[in-house]
This record gives sequence, structure tokens and C-alpha cells, in this order.
Amino acid sequence: MNRNALLFGFVALLYIITGFVQSWNTALAIFNMGLISAIMALGVNIQWGYAGLFNVGIMGFVALGGLATVLVSMPPVAEAWAAGGLRMLGALALGAATITAGVVAYKRLPLGRVRSLGVIAIFVVGFVLYRVLFDPARDAIEAINPASTGYLGGMNLTILLAWPIGGLIAAGAAWLIGKTALGLRSDYLAIATLGIAEIVIAVLKNEDWLARGVKNVVGLPRPVPYEVDLQQSTDFVARATWLGFDPATASSLWVKLLYAGLFAAVLLALIWLSQLALNSPWGRMMRAIRDNEVAAEAMGKNVTRRHLQIFVIGSAICGMAGAMMTTLDGQLTPGTYQPLRFTFLIWVMVIVGGSGNNWGSVLGGFLIWWLWIQVEPIGGAIMSLITYPMPDGSGLKAHLLDSVQHIRLLTMGVVLLLVLRFSPRGLIPER
Amino acid sequence: MSDPFLIGDRMSGGYGQGPNILHGCTLAVEKGQIAVIVGPNGAGKSTAMKAVFGMMDVREGAVRLDGEDITALSPQDRVAKGMAFVPQTNNIFTSMTVEENLEMGAFLREDDISGTMGQVYDLFPILKDKRRQAAGELSGGQRQQVAVGRALMTQPTVLMLDEPTAGVSPIVMDELFDRIIEVARTGISILMVEQNARQALEIADKGYVLVQGRNAHTGSGRELLENPEVRRTFLGGT
Amino acid sequence: MDFLNALVVLANFVLIPAVSYGSQLALGALGVTLVYGILRFSNFAHGDTMAFGAMVTILFTWAFQAFGLSIAPLPTALLALPFGIAVTAGMMLLTDRWVYQFYRRHKAKPIILVMVSLGVMFILNGVVRVIIGPGEQRFNDGARFIISAGDFKKMTGLSEGLAFRSSQGLTIVVTLISVAVLFWFLNRTRTGKSMRAYSDNEDLALLSGINPEKVVRVTWIIAAILATTAGVLYGLDKAFKPFTYFQLLLPVFAAAIVGGLGNPLGAIAGGYIIAFSEVTLTYAWKKVATYMLPDSLAPDGLAQLLSTDYKYAVSFTILVIVLIFKPYGLFRGKAV
Repeated sequence: MNRNALLFGFVALLYIITGFVQSWNTALAIFNMGLISAIMALGVNIQWGYAGLFNVGIMGFVALGGLATVLVSMPPVAEAWAAGGLRMLGALALGAATITAGVVAYKRLPLGRVRSLGVIAIFVVGFVLYRVLFDPARDAIEAINPASTGYLGGMNLTILLAWPIGGLIAAGAAWLIGKTALGLRSDYLAIATLGIAEIVIAVLKNEDWLARGVKNVVGLPRPVPYEVDLQQSTDFVARATWLGFDPATASSLWVKLLYAGLFAAVLLALIWLSQLALNSPWGRMMRAIRDNEVAAEAMGKNVTRRHLQIFVIGSAICGMAGAMMTTLDGQLTPGTYQPLRFTFLIWVMVIVGGSGNNWGSVLGGFLIWWLWIQVEPIGGAIMSLITYPMPDGSGLKAHLLDSVQHIRLLTMGVVLLLVLRFSPRGLIPER
Repeated sequence: MSDPFLIGDRMSGGYGQGPNILHGCTLAVEKGQIAVIVGPNGAGKSTAMKAVFGMMDVREGAVRLDGEDITALSPQDRVAKGMAFVPQTNNIFTSMTVEENLEMGAFLREDDISGTMGQVYDLFPILKDKRRQAAGELSGGQRQQVAVGRALMTQPTVLMLDEPTAGVSPIVMDELFDRIIEVARTGISILMVEQNARQALEIADKGYVLVQGRNAHTGSGRELLENPEVRRTFLGGT
Repeated sequence: MDFLNALVVLANFVLIPAVSYGSQLALGALGVTLVYGILRFSNFAHGDTMAFGAMVTILFTWAFQAFGLSIAPLPTALLALPFGIAVTAGMMLLTDRWVYQFYRRHKAKPIILVMVSLGVMFILNGVVRVIIGPGEQRFNDGARFIISAGDFKKMTGLSEGLAFRSSQGLTIVVTLISVAVLFWFLNRTRTGKSMRAYSDNEDLALLSGINPEKVVRVTWIIAAILATTAGVLYGLDKAFKPFTYFQLLLPVFAAAIVGGLGNPLGAIAGGYIIAFSEVTLTYAWKKVATYMLPDSLAPDGLAQLLSTDYKYAVSFTILVIVLIFKPYGLFRGKAV
């Protein structure tokens, strides 16, 4: 326990030093993303630490959470709805109906050629009808003022609601994936999640009617006040000057602190729930299943079902964190979702922190996020030292300075391998 | 007194960190003879044989082959010394042809293996007919023949069989035992674990009855078959 | 005439591209499937191994070009390929020694090895980007076409041209040779048979005196050959870009799983299945339809089933369908 407190103290120190050396604004910005990273790590830890499920598609669930913020909080585009909203909903409903009909036909019809042909026919006809409905609706929606909208918009609700809804959407996607890939070899889930993440990103990038694709949705509503408004408020300015801050800095700090408060509340609630779950009979059963699937199965536990359950819960948490992250950014930018950053980095956090231990993954989240941010300036400094004797304008110098951003990939890969090899239980091991 | 050709001398040991399964158990076989290990379920028969082959830690006692102490050798090194082992299950390469199975048996040999392969085909003529067929497609008895054939390809001096007749019909079993006697006549020592105690002891030169990892009775096959206590406890009365 | 034109369009835009892309996938999937068969884990680093091998080959190509070495009309990269393979194989053997061997000795669960391979993947990814940068590189300096569209039109008098790029021809020829050599190796040589034996039944292979470390080393070398060849062919045919190679992981895995993980024949079949599905589903059929159908039925739109942005969704969907109905693949693979 003492050791753990020390570890958390050390990470806190890193942030505090950042505050003094760089600026409190930077420190808080890193801290906020650290909170979100910790939540993502918590979600992944539930899957990996409790049940041994290897999810390589974290990015996809995070992006679905991001999509939720747009769907929930942006104002609806009335013209677009008038132009093709209902047709679009119809097309989507038809698509869903086709899949349902196909599944039902597959289950009901007797095995044989009739069934195969019937199911294929349902899908072919369904797909054609879907495209007939979908294509004009999409074109109509995307034609409405494409430079600023060109999409259906959202439901104009408070953005905080997007957090649980983002979790729900991610949970739905996880259920579909889990249903197909769980119960098979453990590698298959990894490959399936890798695939779904790529596809989610492809959909976000290409379906402009949904969330404007690579044109990005900017100016999402915020759950906290805007800096400019604060700077206009005489009350705030007075308080800031009384505390010895200039209003610009103070407003920026205050906004970040508010975010930090919101995120911390979510993180603490999730930790509390996770700890409760881990120590409940359910949590013990999960770990029993993880440690010996065969024995658990023999005791009458439905292993695949339990795995599905936990996979959905963990993915939902990732989706929620994704919604929170997009809220913090204030914009949805599908082009920025990189598997290296959103899947792999989270894994490093979980493994370094201590797989199977909730506090460990939280610690890993804060520590690794800080490293991820700081490795670049540190690497840059080292690199400019190395290249200092080289003549300016030499190709090699430029190349080396350029490659600094890729060095952190390398660093993180090395960190992961070293921890897996020499300290596989992580900084805060499972009890 | 000179040692037998192969002897597991007063072996004690178990798997990994686990408790001892064998307690001072002794097994031995002379050149060209058949030794059979029988006993009730869980008596440590297979374990004892694995100990002789080095698949289990022997913590006390020793294994000697032709007078040489081989206790510390790995199973692979024992193969090179002329020991061959046929496991009870998964004892063939199912996706490979019969001939390839035999070739793999002879993997360590650098010389011409066609002579040995011919001998195996003479011993098991059915394998010659099926040599291009995948071993996994054969019947249970034929698979056992492939397994024994594979082991013989190293030209071993000792052949160890773990329940070679498990799961095959009585007719096939008799046939397999006949073949095993033939193998022994060529000068190869045979050490085998058998579930079908009576039939096995009938062909055995030496029999070992193990109970809870200890030697309970030892003697020639005939002696054991006539021993009233062995008859009563292991051979089902009369 | 219309029918012939339609056929030419089909060959030009569907058949030839799908066969060459399928060959590239097949080579990649063979590497994945062999590593899976012997080492019993899905190697996530395979895509980046392809990138690494291609990168080394490109570096040698540039060096050869600087010295004025050329085997025109063939691309210089072909001359550099053996060097790329050698370096990649060395890298793989070192990776095995430093990373994978430890877990093998400790009999770690396959999923741990998958995770370790993810770590290797990121290191390779970083190395490639540091050395050659994340941008696109074109290094095909050979003749562009075996048959160009214009020549074909002149030759046949058809209104549609058939272009057969030399990179496509090269892909097909090299794949045929590699696959033939690989199967000869696996089925006819002692080492190849010992690999199959080890993949089939590890314990019995040990009892037969097969040295597992040697089998593993040979496997990594073959995987390096296949990955580098696949990576270079893909780069010649399209272009080299590190991130594209990472994305290739999905179709490559789909191909290996569809064919049955651990089954080399399945990997090849899987590669072509995935490639043909991707190309046919994302191809705009308008031109073919215009030739084949009477004017009244000619489509107004592009008659494209899926936008090319979703080509990875095709491999994924096939993967999911196979996982649901035939989890061990079309050709029975290994179940562990």
C-alpha cells in the first residue's frame, strides 16, 4: 500500500514539476487527457485483467464515443432533415430489417439449398433496395450547405448526455463483435477488433451525412463556460486579479479545472464501481474463469457469455472516455484517429500500470500519457544536441530532426516489451 | 551382479514442483526381452515409464542404459542413445503420410534409411499399401502400427510403449502383441505399460505390478500370472 | 464486339488487378500462417515486417541506382530483393533471440505472444518511419507495361484497351515461383518435412529428435522471405507507404483465417478470395454493364456496390462470415 502511494506521489510530482517548469496550463492540459487515458485504461483492464480478452480495437470504440457527442449535442440541420432525413432513416431501417430477415430466415428455414439461396436472395434484394433509398437521401443531405453543414446534425441535447450514450453505442458495437469472435481462439477476438476499429474510422471519414466525415464537426457545445465569456465577466476578472493572475491565464486555467473536476468525478465513480465489481462474487468468478477456463466451464459457468458481458462493459467504458475526449477537444476530427495512439498507447498504460489491477491501470494512464507528451520535447532536445555539430541544411540533419516524432513509437514499443519481459505484473500488481 | 540392459533403479520423483508420485520404484529389461508394467489405475505406471525416458524429474535413484548413467539426459538425448518411445495418444503425425511419419522417426539418422523402412513394412505389410495416405485417415490399429513403426525407424535398442493396445479391438490387440514379440526377437528390448494385464503378462519375460508408485510384485510373466494374490487383486479372480 | 470489349474491360479492371493483389495477399498470408503453425500465435508484426523488408530493399535499390547498376527492363528492386531478404531475416532472427525465445521457453499463453508481437510491430513501425520517413516512396524503375492499352487497341482493333503492367506480371510470376519453391521445400526436403511434423505434433516431433529451435529459425527465415517479397511486390505495384502496410494486416489475416490458419494451401486460396471480393465489390461496373446490356437497361450511376474506402470492410465481412460458419477456415486449419 505504501509503495502504491509512493508511486502515485511520484506521478503527481511529475505533473507538478511540469507545472513549475513549463506552465500550469500545460500541466493541467496533460492532466485532463491523463484522466481520460486512465478511464480508457480502466476499460481495457476490465477486459484484459478480469477476463484475459485482448482488444486491439480500442480506437474504434473511442471514435464511436466521439460520434455520440456530435449526434447528441449538435443542433439538428432542419433543411437537411427536410431534404432527406426521413428517407435516410428509412434506408437505415431497411438495412437493419434486411439483416434481421436474413438472420431469421437462416434460423427458420431447413438446412439445404433453399435456405442458402433464400438467405442470399434476401441480402441481395435488401441491399439493392437499401442503395436505392440510401443514395439519393445521402446526396440530398450532403448537398445542403456542404461548406458548413451537409449533415443531419444532432439532437441539440446537453453534451454531458453524450458520455453515457457514447458508452451505449460502443457497447452495441462490442456486442456484435463479441458475438462473432468470442468463444473461438483468443487471437480471433484480437483480429476482429482490429478490423472493426479500421471500419469505424472508415465510416466516420466517409459518411459525410452522419458527421461531416473528414470535413470535421467543430464547435461542439461545451459543458463548461468559454474562456472569452469569463474574461468578459467583471466578477471573474476581479477574482482573478485578486488571486494575482491575468484574466486570460486565469480563464484558461479555470476551464481546465472544471473539465478536470468532471472527468475526475467520472473516473472516481468508475473506479469505485470496478473495485466493487472486482471484489464481488461476480469478479471472483471472472478471475476464476480467466485463470482456468476449462475448470470454470466444468463447473457450469457459461464462459463465452461471461466474456461477452465483460467485453461489452469494457468497450462501453472506452466509448464513454472517447465521448469525453471529443468533448474536451470541442471537435470531432476522424482523420486524427491513429491506432498507434488510441489502441496501442492504452495497452502500454495497462501493462505498465499492472494488468488486473484497477489502480494500476489508472497509474499507468497518468504516467504513460505524461511520458507520451514529454518524450517528444526530450527526444527533440537530445536530437538537436546530436545534430548540433552537423552543418545546417544538411539532409541528414533535417531527416534526424524530422524523425523525432516517430521515436516515441519506438520508445513505447520498447517500454512495452521491457515491462512484459522483466516485470509482467506491472507497477501495481494484481493482489 | 551385472546390471540389466536398461534399468530404472529405485526411482523417486514427480512432475515439476509436485509431490513424489514414484517411491523407490525399480524397472528393468534385458536385451531382446519384453518387460510389462501393470497395475491398477493411478498406480503410476505411465509415470514410471516416463521417468525412465526422462520426461519427469527423477529426484532419487538412477536410470542406466547398458551400464551408462543417463539420469540427467533429456528425452531427445535418450533418443540419440537408442531409446524410442511411443506415447499413448497423439503418437503419429496425422497430417503427414505414413511414409513421412516413418521418415520423421528416422530424423536423427544420417545414413540410408530405406533398409529400416523395408523392415517396418515387412513387419506391418498394411502400412506399405497405405504409405502415401495421410496417417490421420487410418484406423485405430493401423495408427498404432504407424506409431510403433515410427519409433522403430531410429533403430532403437529399447522400445518403450505406453498402452499400445488402448482403444483397439481384441483381434487387433492380439495381432499387435504378435508383432511386438517379433520386434523383441530382433534383439530390441521392450518396456511397455499395459491395461490388458493378463494378455500382456502372457507375452512378458518380466512383469512389474505397481501400486501407488511402488513395486508390489515382480517376477516373470508366468510367475505373476500364477501368483494367487496378483490373480485375485489385478487379474479379476480365478 | 461489345461482348469482347466488356471482357477486356473486365480483365483490365478486375481480373488482372485482383490476381496480382491476391498474389501479394497470398504471400503475406503464407507468412502469417506458417508462423502460426509453428509458433502458435498470430503475428501482428507481419505487416510491419513487410514494410521493413520493402524498406531495406528500397534502400539497396537506391544504392544500386547510385552505382548505375540496372537490370532493365526489370526493376532494380528485383536485384535488391535478396539483400532485403537477408537483412530482414537477420532482423527476424535477432527479434526471436531477444524477444520471442523467452516466452517460448516459459511456455507463455499464445495471447501473451500476440501482445508481444504487437510490441514488436510498434518498434518496427517506428524504425521504418525513422529511417525512411512516413511518406510515400515510388521505386519502380523498370519498364511500365508488358502490354499498354494503346498497343492492345492497335493489335486487336477493339475500342477498349487492356493494360498489363509489368509490376502485375512480375507479381504473378514471382508468386508462382515462390509458392512452388515453398511447397517443394515443405513436402520434399527433410527440413521442410520436419517443419510440418513440428506444426502437426510438437511433442512427437521432439521425441523424433527434431530440434525445435532449428525449426523456429527456419520458420522465421521463410517468413522473412515471404514478407519481404510480398512487401516489395506490393510496393512495386502500388507504392510504398508504412501506414498502408500496417493496414494490409487486416486483409492478410482475413486471408489466412479464411483459408484456415496454419494451412499453407488455405492461405493462398484465402488471398485470392479476399482480393477478388475486394476488387469486384468496389469496382464500378458501369462500363461492363453498358457493353453487356441493351441501351435501355444501361445503369445511370456507377453501379459500384461499395466505395473503395470500404475495401477493408470487405475483408472484414468475409472474415466475420467465415468465423461464424466455419471458424477453422475453408481448408481445415489448426485448432490449438
